[in-house]
Amino acid sequence: MVTGVIIRIEKVSGKFAQDKDIAREIRQTRLIPALKKKQDVALDFSGVEDATQSFIHALITEPIRDFGIEVLDKVVFKECNETVRKIVEIVVDYMQHEDEKEDT
Amino acid sequence: MGNMKIHLPNSAFIGNIDAFIAGFDPSEPGKLEVTANKKWLSVHPVVLAMVAALGMKVDKAKITCEPIEATSGHYLVRMGLYEFLKIKPPHISEHESAGRFIPLKLIENSKQLSEFLEDMIPALHLPAEQAKSIRYVIYEVVRNVFEHSKSKQGAILCAQYFKKSNTFRMAIVDTGIGIRESISESYPTSTDLAAIRLSLTPGITGTTKRVGGTAENAGAGLFFTKSIAYINRSFFMIYSGTGFYKLHLRNASKPVRFLNADPFVDKHSERDDFPFWQGTVVAVDISLNSTSEFQTLLNLIGTVYSGGVKDKRKSKYRKARFV
Repeated sequence: MVTGVIIRIEKVSGKFAQDKDIAREIRQTRLIPALKKKQDVALDFSGVEDATQSFIHALITEPIRDFGIEVLDKVVFKECNETVRKIVEIVVDYMQHEDEKEDT
Repeated sequence: MGNMKIHLPNSAFIGNIDAFIAGFDPSEPGKLEVTANKKWLSVHPVVLAMVAALGMKVDKAKITCEPIEATSGHYLVRMGLYEFLKIKPPHISEHESAGRFIPLKLIENSKQLSEFLEDMIPALHLPAEQAKSIRYVIYEVVRNVFEHSKSKQGAILCAQYFKKSNTFRMAIVDTGIGIRESISESYPTSTDLAAIRLSLTPGITGTTKRVGGTAENAGAGLFFTKSIAYINRSFFMIYSGTGFYKLHLRNASKPVRFLNADPFVDKHSERDDFPFWQGTVVAVDISLNSTSEFQTLLNLIGTVYSGGVKDKRKSKYRKARFV
């Protein structure tokens, strides 16, 4: 059961979540405002068959940079297929690798 | 004063493209002279995309295209070259069957790109895994044109399936500022080849000095594209300014265990003395014989792109949560 704000990605992106302009719009108008209110957020990928790294990067990189990696305690990724799940994992790990570089 | 000259040879694919590029003469950019092999034309879509890109920059009246005598010349008509150059095509009595191809297409904005991918890719009837790779490459490279090239023309795309080799070959070309000028906004480089090397390195983008990019730009598009070709055991090339990089076919007998972040570690050839191309040319082949699944590709990309987070047990480390 997901509580908090549910953001249906497919509704805006279509079944191929590729367009990073759309990702930016979701981030700016829905994701970041919800996180600022300290709400839990579910990014719902049901119906999304495929996503680009660019889309996921544009969606979650700025919140991770702005709120810290702990923001992932407030965000869940819902109904991701194998491909989308892998791309999310790549981007999330990449952001933390980047942190390591800056720490050293 | 001479003309800008480009000659369509009897054969030019990524594997042997060097001679075609070396013969390109950009010395008089206001005029374009197109010549072709008299007997046979069998060329990669990148050749047509380059000619089309040059033609778009030149006044129609200043383009001369000698009559194509080769029997396979109808290929140029079918791929839309004459239409693109706005010159009258030769009379064609016989057409090949339609096949699976994308004629020369100008994509000027992200809306057109999305519509194109929605409509065109399914129409090619490609296997699902390879269709994913092709869609991915087209999206990433065309977006690069919009975001980095400052091209007034947009991106010129051309692609075709080649039955004999069971390969889908595609090209994306622009006549913008080129990689060196774009990437030098954050990473000043002394040569076009050095700029190409940086552009293929994950995390490097001209939009910021910060490794990892900006909120909208990860600096990963070309790295993903080259990696797709590498895993797929296919050719990839990029040409900008005088710089040229070509990824060669990897050894088929060795399974891919990791990807190199530095493109120069891969089996490749490079040049930094080619005739100057104002803009960027990218061409990729996707072998449909490859059994590599897109998921395998992502697993390998994940390893190098994230650099292997050193200690996933540390308290700060977070995994994405899936429900």
